[in-house]
Amino acid sequence: MKEMDQRIVRVLASLTPVGAFLLAILIGAVMLVIFGANPLMAFRALVSGAFGNMNALADTLVKATPLLFVGLGICIAFRGGVLNIGGEGQLVVGALSAALICLNFPNWPGWALIMAALLGGLFAGAIYGGIAGFLKAYFNVNEILSTIMLNYIAVFGMNYLLRGPLIDPMQIKLGSFIPETARFPRATDLPRLVPTRLHLGVGIAILFAVLVYILLWRTTIGFRIRMVGKNIRAALGAGINVKGYMVLGLLLAGSLAGLGGAVEVLGVNHRMFTDGSAFGFTGSAGFNGIVAALFGQLHPVGTIPASIMLGALLTGANQMQRVVQVPSALVGALNGLIVVFVVGSEILRLRQVRRVDRTLRVASTPLSEEEKR
Amino acid sequence: MTGFTAIDIFSSGIRLATPYLYASIGENFGQLSGILNLGVDGIMLMGAYAAFFTTVKTGSLVLGLLAAGVVGALLGLAMAFISVTMKAEQGISGIGLYLFGLGMSELLFKKTLGEVQTVAGFAPVYIPWLSNIPVVGEILFRQNVLAYGAFALVPVSWFVLYKTPLGLKVRAVGQNPEGADSLGVSVARVRYLTVTIGGILSGIAGASLSIALLNVFQENLTYGMGFIAVALVYFGGWRLSGLLTGAILFSMVNALQLWAQVRGIKIPSEFALMIPYVITILVLAALAKRRIHAPAALNKPFERGEG
Repeated sequence: MKEMDQRIVRVLASLTPVGAFLLAILIGAVMLVIFGANPLMAFRALVSGAFGNMNALADTLVKATPLLFVGLGICIAFRGGVLNIGGEGQLVVGALSAALICLNFPNWPGWALIMAALLGGLFAGAIYGGIAGFLKAYFNVNEILSTIMLNYIAVFGMNYLLRGPLIDPMQIKLGSFIPETARFPRATDLPRLVPTRLHLGVGIAILFAVLVYILLWRTTIGFRIRMVGKNIRAALGAGINVKGYMVLGLLLAGSLAGLGGAVEVLGVNHRMFTDGSAFGFTGSAGFNGIVAALFGQLHPVGTIPASIMLGALLTGANQMQRVVQVPSALVGALNGLIVVFVVGSEILRLRQVRRVDRTLRVASTPLSEEEKR
Repeated sequence: MTGFTAIDIFSSGIRLATPYLYASIGENFGQLSGILNLGVDGIMLMGAYAAFFTTVKTGSLVLGLLAAGVVGALLGLAMAFISVTMKAEQGISGIGLYLFGLGMSELLFKKTLGEVQTVAGFAPVYIPWLSNIPVVGEILFRQNVLAYGAFALVPVSWFVLYKTPLGLKVRAVGQNPEGADSLGVSVARVRYLTVTIGGILSGIAGASLSIALLNVFQENLTYGMGFIAVALVYFGGWRLSGLLTGAILFSMVNALQLWAQVRGIKIPSEFALMIPYVITILVLAALAKRRIHAPAALNKPFERGEG
């Protein structure tokens, strides 16, 4: 009976993000009505744009991939008690270092070049996340602020490289000066899985979801990361190198986002480009990955369906924009609301769980002397 | 642009301090009472849009400013509800608010105005006599109303925070909410008030960009200014004199960068644009060894002890 109750509570608790999502969708529908669009038509367009055919489905999964990479990093960081808002910058530096490797060693065999580029992205992201971790651990710099500042720095660095040293020589010859690199050697294209845009990166991301799960719950390092996040005093008392694990949390988060950037550029674009901001390349994946991780309850496996759902929302939004003439920025605004609702409903969840816990405890423990009186 | 003199640099430096001042003074109210609002940039964007839209549609700058204040107040109230009543993790919920403001302002702009246009913003007001003082007058007393307002806000908020019972309550709630609560101060009410004030000032900070300094609106207009404003609160050590110094320092850096570009000095513009963000990180790191402490209850939801 007791276990039954606990199970019900746990199921209810896992449903709160769904409630948050539905609430955000409801607000989205109200906004559509205000804009004079038919919400049913809009949502039908959104769903068919995301799942309507093989290509749509493939695009949804491709959109979900960078979200999953960033989200997995967020799972590690948030569980370790550090907030990584630097996904945008980490995606960019990861993609840039993959681009540097692909363009500088065109004669390497394809598989070696792909491996080198992916590792390059991973390391670049690790360094970029690690900087924020180091500043937090040893200089007490708020990591939210430092990672956001690092996002902007990465964007300006990218713009400099793509307008100058890395620009496609063709752009100079043609005089068009579009800020993008040359196309990478074809050997570096990640293999396509079916005749759509779906590429191997999706599989890599899912593989890493499993790896992150193993890291967090099946290794000592993962246990320590979570302990630092849960109870820093206890961790200190247990002699854990708390500062080291703070750095590690952000470093791992950055490395996953960096890898995500490299995968994105090798799997989708095959060249690096910029629209002047980070969004052109990342499509806000650095922020939406946070939404995915929160939605997946900071569990790497839960983050997989959450990423796919957000990927669908982003893919479908383009179709919605065409059909009912409502800018796809709507999805960005709704994502913000989802974050607020999920984080805001945490208290309801905790309260509920605590209340049941307390009743259970009271019911199962024999009355003390004082209470008997 | 041959007439771009040292006086122009300092004058634009003073002018560019406007959004930093409004936003960071607003954030300071919230942080002193224990609430970290990271959604400032999102509120600024919404305020900038509201002011711009209203000014375009009505032709009235005053109504535009009012609209920015109202939108800022609503978003501040929302943040207060999330962080005080729902006791949500403040860092992430602020990021949620930022994403909402970023997406929503772009959506509304594209849907209601659609293309980049300009408005005639607040014009410079020459203060009689004072504006004729050589150099100093030209730099300080030929600014627009919002710039004067921003600088006037420094002593006004100092007075409110340190010379009134309300200010005492704000600081008490941020340092020792249990103690304040036991003396009958409503922690929740004080925090709602400060976060809403912060929202209004952030909205006005956005308006100062869209209808006084730049006189345009476009998506992501602030480009992280709101986050720098939050960093300025740390930089200023939660003191108004510190905020003032920080805001002027940052705006002077911006002005120098503009000047360097106008002069065609050979540094890539991307590196010049990077400077404020790099300085923010360096400054935050340099402050580590300082003996000023954040309000004790910052970023901690208040829970009445129930045993």
